[in-house]
Amino acid sequence: MMASSSGGSWKSGGGDGGVSDQFPAGLRVLVVDDDSTCLMILEKMLRHCNYEVTKCNRAEVALSYLRENKNGFDVVISDVHMPDMDGFKLLEHIGLEMDLPVIMMSADDSKSVVMKGVTHGACDYLIKPVRIEALRNIWQHMVRRRKHEWKDFDQSASADEQKPPEEPDYSSSANEGNNWKNTKRRKDEEDEAEERDDSSSLKKPRVVWSVELHQQFVAAVNQLGIDKAVPKKILELMNVPGLMRENVASHLQKYRLYLRRLSGSQLPGGMNSGFMGGPDAGYGPMSSLNGLDLQALAASGQLSQLPPQSLATLQAVALGRSNNSKSVIDQRNIFSFENPKSRYSEVQSQHLNNNNNINNSNNNNNNNNISSNINNNSKQMNLLPGIPTNIEPKQFVSLHQSGQHSFGSMNNQVQIQMGGQSQSQHQVQSNTNAHMLTRGAVDMSSKVYNPVVSVSQASSVNSYPLGGSLGNPNVRATPSGDGNLDAKVSVGGIVPSYDVFYDLSQTREWSLQDSGLTYDQSSLLLQHNHSSGSEMREQNQNLGGGKVMFSPAVDTRTHLNGSNIGQQRNTYIKTESHSDGSFHNTMYSEQYGQDDLLAAILKQQQGVGQLNNEFGFDGYALDDLPV
Amino acid sequence: MELNHTNRQINVTRNSLFEQGYLDEQFTQLEDLQDDVNPNFVEEIVTLFFADSMRLIHNAETALENYPLDFCKLDDYMHQFMGSSSSIGAKKVKNECTQFQECCKVRNADGCTRAFQRVKQEHATLKRKLQTYFQV
Repeated sequence: MMASSSGGSWKSGGGDGGVSDQFPAGLRVLVVDDDSTCLMILEKMLRHCNYEVTKCNRAEVALSYLRENKNGFDVVISDVHMPDMDGFKLLEHIGLEMDLPVIMMSADDSKSVVMKGVTHGACDYLIKPVRIEALRNIWQHMVRRRKHEWKDFDQSASADEQKPPEEPDYSSSANEGNNWKNTKRRKDEEDEAEERDDSSSLKKPRVVWSVELHQQFVAAVNQLGIDKAVPKKILELMNVPGLMRENVASHLQKYRLYLRRLSGSQLPGGMNSGFMGGPDAGYGPMSSLNGLDLQALAASGQLSQLPPQSLATLQAVALGRSNNSKSVIDQRNIFSFENPKSRYSEVQSQHLNNNNNINNSNNNNNNNNISSNINNNSKQMNLLPGIPTNIEPKQFVSLHQSGQHSFGSMNNQVQIQMGGQSQSQHQVQSNTNAHMLTRGAVDMSSKVYNPVVSVSQASSVNSYPLGGSLGNPNVRATPSGDGNLDAKVSVGGIVPSYDVFYDLSQTREWSLQDSGLTYDQSSLLLQHNHSSGSEMREQNQNLGGGKVMFSPAVDTRTHLNGSNIGQQRNTYIKTESHSDGSFHNTMYSEQYGQDDLLAAILKQQQGVGQLNNEFGFDGYALDDLPV
Repeated sequence: MELNHTNRQINVTRNSLFEQGYLDEQFTQLEDLQDDVNPNFVEEIVTLFFADSMRLIHNAETALENYPLDFCKLDDYMHQFMGSSSSIGAKKVKNECTQFQECCKVRNADGCTRAFQRVKQEHATLKRKLQTYFQV
């Protein structure tokens, strides 16, 4: 993601470590540590590795550097213990907003902390005192990340997919880079010239995938069908000025990865990010269970086939978790596209059931069972009754898409607004489905599951679940007791699981005080998916993803509290009023299995977290929003 | 001659510091980093360390005077202190910090106080020695 039109991050200068002459020289590193001694030492060491170093001793400052210059850095190294912000939180933020590889470091080498780093998405963990040898190899993280993008490209069916727009120049010089380069070259040749801004466009300006944008993307993908979605068509459907096919392609890649992770990682019982694993990743104990269960469900491929009980169990588990993070993750995993149906429906049903009534006739079986289980979890129901869970609607949507959209009720409504508790409450009631979904969906990005999002914060940051696959902890659903889980279940058919993350990441612990906000985000996401778009627009607007290029600033989110809520209410209400009794998200055209929604919601609730909005939601921006 | 003598002296002092366990290989790393661009890099770092650590020590002392002891905070301070001392290779200081943290973990107030005294002591000793070292 090095693309920076301004160039040059890579200097040609003596390479280091035996790599070919240039790479990784010039690697742009940002070092964050409150200890000035360490900071100076690190800077010196990195300089000795021929890297370009920027240091700062405060996390906030670091974030502002990163935001101002989105493509200005290749790797971030951060200390774990910092007075102004926890290193893991910073890690999450970076993952969500910038998708940069982050290396954690600390004098603390205890397993739990290291594990936490891993689960939060750190690509490496260094123990202090840091030796220069350890720093020499940090370039590999950047290379690896890009390679993943490449790989996805390769794997994508689309022939006209372009290689990642930002290909660092250095690749040409590095040994590894050579490989890349070759691959890249090949791709370059295949690429359509018009897609590139310029010939040396390796460094393209980074597209910020705001909530709105992502929703559009997801909608387009859903419309085309995940298998048939090719960047070109997606781009056309999205019809966003200024968006390049390459951007879409790379985004699609991530999205696919995310989906894959959801489906793949669930089986093993470990969340993609390892959340599920059980080790204390800071997540609730149940979470692992959830994830596993969900995964199992997912794995089963057909939720409907799963006995209701299992679903219920899952849900219960998911719900039971106080930790949102886990739940979030689980949910995310659960809602992978690959087995969308099964999981989704299950989850949804569960959620739905719990919350209330969501059970719409659509959701058959599982719902009932699940709901009962779900209900057991008090917390969980955040989704439903006012618990703002961030279930990404998309997740649900996707789930249903492939399969059963039995979720009549849930479908659309996924919006579980995490945000304002009060609000969510209202909404939840109406949209139980939605909530559930979102909750469940939350945290698709297993990677960084940060339970941080506190519901109370009401910051529903929709984080793009991509994070999971992308390595960003996008979705962070922190199960907050408040029940401010933002569950955004995008029932609208569009939903690629991506969305889910998106929603999931809503919970922003950062300053979103507005519970309403979080809510909105999810709703926005949901809405986005919604075919009706306009509604969403509003909401989206509110959400105002921070960095989105395409969407309004987050600031608007504040509005959400008031207005959104209303909107959401409306939305919810709409769903309620559906004749078929299913929660239809008016916004979403697709019907997602209630189960899925429920599941999602439940999960979200668990997590209560606010998902961080990877897309463009500038979580930080929310800070500005009035609480 | 003078120079040789000085160099020898430096080496002797340096070696003794290592042998006595005041410094470890991390210090060597720092020395390796020193180059023409920053000919006094090591000295700068060490000075910075002592400035920072004085602050930490002071904070810890204050915290130790508040009863009941806030072990979390103390642990935090020590963690930070340990981080920086290990970064410069201050072996003994680091070890004492670890001891201190152990006491914090078991909430041993007396142990903490004693451990802290030792930390301070080692810190002061190292400071003295390094100052001498750099003067040469």
